[in-house]
Amino acid sequence: MSAPRPQLSRLTEGPRRPLTRLDRVLGVAGYFATVSLRTWRSWVVSRFVQPVFFVLAMGFGVGGLVDRSSGGVGGVPYLSYVAPGLLMASVMQWATSESTWPVMTLLKWNQLYVAMLAAPNRVGDLILGHWLVICTGIAGGAAVFVGVTGALGAVVSWWSLLAILWAVLLALAFITPLFWVASVATNEEHFSTIFRLVVTPLMLFSGTFFPISQLPTVLQVIAWATPLSHGTELARAAFLGAPLPPGWAGHVTVLVLYAVAGAVFARRALARRLET
Amino acid sequence: MTTDWAGGDQEGLALIEARGLTKRFGDFTAVDGIDVEVRRGEAFGFLGPNGAGKSSTMRMLGAVSPPSGGSLRIFGLDPDRDGPAIRARLGVCPQRDLLDEELSVQENLWVYGRFFGLTRAEVRARAEELLEFAQLTERRTDQVEPLSGGMKRRLVIARSLINNPELLLLDEPTTGLDPQARHILWDRLFRLKRQGVTLVLTTHYMDEAEQLCDRLVIMDKGRIVAEGSPRDLIAEHSTREVVEVRFDVDDHADHATELQGVGERLEVLPDRILIYAGDGDAAAAALVDRGVEPLSTLVRRSTLEDVFLHLTGRTLVD
Amino acid sequence: MLSLGLGRYLVLRNITSFRRGWLVFLSGFFEPVFYLFSIGIGLGALVTSVRTDSGLVVPYADFVAPAMLASAAMNGAIADVTFNVFFKLRYARIYDVMLATPASPRDIAAGEVAWALIRGGIYSAGFVVVAAAMGFVHSLWGLLALPAALLIGAAFAAAGMYATTFLTSWQQFDLVFLVIQPLFLFSATFFPLGAYPPVLQGIVQLTPLYHAVSLERALLLGDVSLAVLGHTAYLMVLTVAGFALVSRRIGRLLLT
Repeated sequence: MSAPRPQLSRLTEGPRRPLTRLDRVLGVAGYFATVSLRTWRSWVVSRFVQPVFFVLAMGFGVGGLVDRSSGGVGGVPYLSYVAPGLLMASVMQWATSESTWPVMTLLKWNQLYVAMLAAPNRVGDLILGHWLVICTGIAGGAAVFVGVTGALGAVVSWWSLLAILWAVLLALAFITPLFWVASVATNEEHFSTIFRLVVTPLMLFSGTFFPISQLPTVLQVIAWATPLSHGTELARAAFLGAPLPPGWAGHVTVLVLYAVAGAVFARRALARRLET
Repeated sequence: MTTDWAGGDQEGLALIEARGLTKRFGDFTAVDGIDVEVRRGEAFGFLGPNGAGKSSTMRMLGAVSPPSGGSLRIFGLDPDRDGPAIRARLGVCPQRDLLDEELSVQENLWVYGRFFGLTRAEVRARAEELLEFAQLTERRTDQVEPLSGGMKRRLVIARSLINNPELLLLDEPTTGLDPQARHILWDRLFRLKRQGVTLVLTTHYMDEAEQLCDRLVIMDKGRIVAEGSPRDLIAEHSTREVVEVRFDVDDHADHATELQGVGERLEVLPDRILIYAGDGDAAAAALVDRGVEPLSTLVRRSTLEDVFLHLTGRTLVD
Repeated sequence: MLSLGLGRYLVLRNITSFRRGWLVFLSGFFEPVFYLFSIGIGLGALVTSVRTDSGLVVPYADFVAPAMLASAAMNGAIADVTFNVFFKLRYARIYDVMLATPASPRDIAAGEVAWALIRGGIYSAGFVVVAAAMGFVHSLWGLLALPAALLIGAAFAAAGMYATTFLTSWQQFDLVFLVIQPLFLFSATFFPLGAYPPVLQGIVQLTPLYHAVSLERALLLGDVSLAVLGHTAYLMVLTVAGFALVSRRIGRLLLT
């Protein structure tokens, strides 16, 4: 046969005009975007109000103590030092909360994954569409954060916009492995434990508030083996106007590895649960 | 015709064709080599108790669960290879009401239409028709969560029709609904059938199968134990009428001997004895002649339940 | 064989349920300790010393440690009386069942607050032990740190439970975080009141966690003055008022 008939409808009897992968991913993204827009209030609280409080308390309150005592960190005022750290710690929290409970909801409680798969979608389309929306929301949150900290005087260069890109990359390094965890988790109580025993310690010991070099060696190793420290290094350089820190390729590689490995595992685990 | 979208379903060919269809989960065989053929325009049922393999079969027919053995063609296409092309033409109404409770009634339809690549205008127009069809037009902007069970189920069916499917798969469509809601739903399904939609449904309600299905298979333990129209199945595996007798005893087996020879056949259940007979009234009269004094005697038409009982020795709903 | 098999399942079941509860339980204890190590000690290397609001100059970690104790008591109480109470009130409808017995709304409030105190008290005791071992307890007044933590827990449990009775959907829990997070950050926890302009100082002094932090700080540093009585009185009033209000509110909601 010759080329497919482009006028083929998607609503009439007989073969329907096929959907491309992009069609399917955007269809799924459309769903998640609709849901996100419905809960914009909590977006404002978690993406705007809470980070601003954090910057005010740590950057100005604690920052005043640090600057008076030791002139900032490595000559950088504490506000400028801590702002990119708080951004990336927030990104980690946003990514975690969007990749744990919501995934279990789709799998177990409202089982909308099942409904989505009854349409022409495949498992890969579901997660790509979902990730697209999560990353868009996080990029928006990061942009707001850069803008607000800029207005508060924490940003010294336009290069800080590069931090939005790093925010998305760091988000993916958490999102994809956590989708895998959520796909194999049996109990939602695991998620509170993840928050308390993984997310909070990472925030506290990954160079958010003080240089990693101050930590004992064991903790340094853990910090560099996990994603947040790498994202923070990249974002801090961007905020301080030195677009790329030394060893940036290594930081990027670690984040990409987490994201890719997580994506492979997440897709496989979800397919195992949904397409058996 | 070699492209994905070009399924080879000319008129007269079966929409679903399964040969030796098998589904195994580890050591457990949920579906054990069944042959099924569903033709365009008919309403086809899978009747069986819980665990008979109906839902596993439906998931394979929905092209989301790869068969472990045998062959399966839907619209002439291979579900393993052409899953998306098949699902583009299918409607699936799952057993549970898998709705997004945070969205409104119409939003549930709109977002679902997007999954089929419909344009915004197509989705809106289609949703309009379907809200009407599902008798939900007045509730269109309501949240889903407070809707009644019957309304939710109608919304799920409306959603499964958003792509104007040729084949609608319904997994236990009325389980858990009250009698009135069931009748409304049956009426809607009749309309669909009249519009030419092919229906495939599972149920463990005999009355539902008799009401809705042109043809059905009875499944038990993963196998098909009988196949035909409800009337043919009853004619073949049961008698025209049944007399149900109850005694004021703990064990009805004690009374089986005194009923021996009445009707064509006896079936002893824990709480009653069924006498299969062509003429139920005559059989009931024969009891009186013998001096048997049951607590109650009921003469009724034979149903698919009796067919199932005869074929498997068990009742459908425990 | 049979009894061995069954026994094994029983043991496994107990281990499983214990392990799950154990991890969740323990993680609640670690949070304030992690904060103490990170902010107190890590950041303390950058902030050598700090002047408290009463004029004492102390190492930064000594400044932060009592604040972590107070805010952990708050967080523990709030977590217990918000999510759990909301679930029981709106979904599980446990209180309706309880009120069908001779129990009164007051008993329900007392029971929930007591339960929050038991859990919170264990966390606080653990934290005090860690803080003492690391040298953050500077006087015998520190013996009162644990009772003070219980009072803090009771105040926040009673007030938090009262607030919870007004929530109607899970989405509104954002509001809870919107109150708790600024309390945690701005109650002279990480930096002294002196960092604020005078107007803000006045506002902070009206909020409950400020008094909780100041009380614990006075006790752990041994910097006890008459102000301690003021902080204690504030928390007591909050406890009693919250308790009375929530008892009345539960009665209104359920005994109609």
